[in-house]
Amino acid sequence: MSELAIIGGIAPHRINAMILRYWYLLMSSWPRLLELLYWPALQIVTWGFLQTYIAQNAGFFARAGGTLIGAVILWDILFRGQLGFSISFLEEMWARNLGNLMMSPLKPIEFLIALMVMSLIRLAIGVIPMTLLALFLFHFNFYGFGLPLIAFFCNLILTSWSVGIFVSGLVVRNGLGAESIVWTLMFALMPLACIYYPVTVLPHWLQYVAWSLPPTYVFEGMRALLINHVFRSDLMLSALAINVVLLIASFAVFLALLRSARRHGSLLQSGE
Amino acid sequence: MTNGAAVSSGFAATDQHGSAAIEVARLTKFYKTTRAVDDVSFRIARGSITGLLGGNGAGKTTTIAMIMGLVLPTSGTIRVLDCAIPEESARVLGRMNFESPYVDMPMRLTVRQNLTIFGKLYAVKDLPARITQLADDLDLGEFLDRPNGKLSAGQKTRVALAKALINEPDLLLLDEPTASLDPDTADWVRQHLQDYRKAKGATILLASHNMLEVERLCDRVIIMKRGRIEDDDSPDKIMARYNRATLEEVFLDVARGRVQETAK
Repeated sequence: MSELAIIGGIAPHRINAMILRYWYLLMSSWPRLLELLYWPALQIVTWGFLQTYIAQNAGFFARAGGTLIGAVILWDILFRGQLGFSISFLEEMWARNLGNLMMSPLKPIEFLIALMVMSLIRLAIGVIPMTLLALFLFHFNFYGFGLPLIAFFCNLILTSWSVGIFVSGLVVRNGLGAESIVWTLMFALMPLACIYYPVTVLPHWLQYVAWSLPPTYVFEGMRALLINHVFRSDLMLSALAINVVLLIASFAVFLALLRSARRHGSLLQSGE
Repeated sequence: MTNGAAVSSGFAATDQHGSAAIEVARLTKFYKTTRAVDDVSFRIARGSITGLLGGNGAGKTTTIAMIMGLVLPTSGTIRVLDCAIPEESARVLGRMNFESPYVDMPMRLTVRQNLTIFGKLYAVKDLPARITQLADDLDLGEFLDRPNGKLSAGQKTRVALAKALINEPDLLLLDEPTASLDPDTADWVRQHLQDYRKAKGATILLASHNMLEVERLCDRVIIMKRGRIEDDDSPDKIMARYNRATLEEVFLDVARGRVQETAK
């Protein structure tokens, strides 16, 4: 896999081959499938009951029904999108298969596209049942967001891929010793992306940091939609612009880390 | 004994008018302050089988990894099948393949699934027929639909070899191809490599600790020690030069620094 070949043509058959590889894996392992469903379901049930309890006791939340459940589902799109990407990548490290791929005609961009597709597939397996649970248990229709949901989803998935590409680069360069970053980096965004509270809650100086993160725009947009019934397209466009920059930057960093891994011989060692 | 460039040029003269399968010039690799490969040069003729011999830490794996593009050299140049590595590797990766103890095939996938995926990556035409052919050639039939993780070491090696041959490569790089195999399976793998070279005219470069294997398979041997080429010639000529009956004895001479009294 040559990082210098990225400007050449992208071959769909190689992307398909990688998707097939992860699909075979997913279908051969029920614990992997269960893991996709288990945690999102647990999340929605816990937060759904909390939302129900708060709504019964606080007038504001009664008016702003669904902000917690909506936030939980959108957060899961962000988090699960990144994990779906990164776990597929980690499978290659755990299987000691990365060298085989690096030596094949597969290009980095094709590899990353396959990981993006897998993140969508894994996300669908985990999040669609979650939205159905929210509908049947708490009468929250996630799809009631309508067209704005597409804007929310696209912005969150783009951020999740950027983070996924970046942490995958760290693992390529540093081996499985960097695996914990894969699981935890997204949580660093959690307080700053203002998932459960408005940006104005943050200290003034920290708000600048928050507004540099695309998910902040999405969660603010969700609250505007649920509370004020207004779709803030300006927020979505701002998020998209930052996402494009982040995606390009993360890809550049991935290539730099891959090159560094080649310089340091890390690709021959897939352990710690 | 002598430096790599000087030694290798003598043997490489046999193909200097044609294009070599591999051309390595003044290749050096430092890992921080450790010099893993030290100013190594050689040319490998198309259609030949060349053995890279040396003890642990001699630089064999790093040399092969640089030829494959998995490791970037600190200095020096590499050309594989007329393409500069790593700059033009995208042009040549589809025409080469490798097997190494440093990588595995995905364990949960069946042999057929693994071969299907790699066949698609290498754009193999009529892939089901190619898999059937490899299954026949390498005797994979009885475990073709078994997960790779449930195979014995010998079966896994045959599957790894099938993966390495899936695209019928012009250049095959093998790192310890028969390590951990029983003598019967190892002999069987060696025979298959010879047959493949004969049938396809492919070039094979293999790193090995198995001297009998190298004697049997290789037209040429490059002996490495501490990152440098210690000797480079046909097995017969090297054994004659060291006045030894086997390559194993030559290897021990080189490893234990008895070169001065023998070859010189």
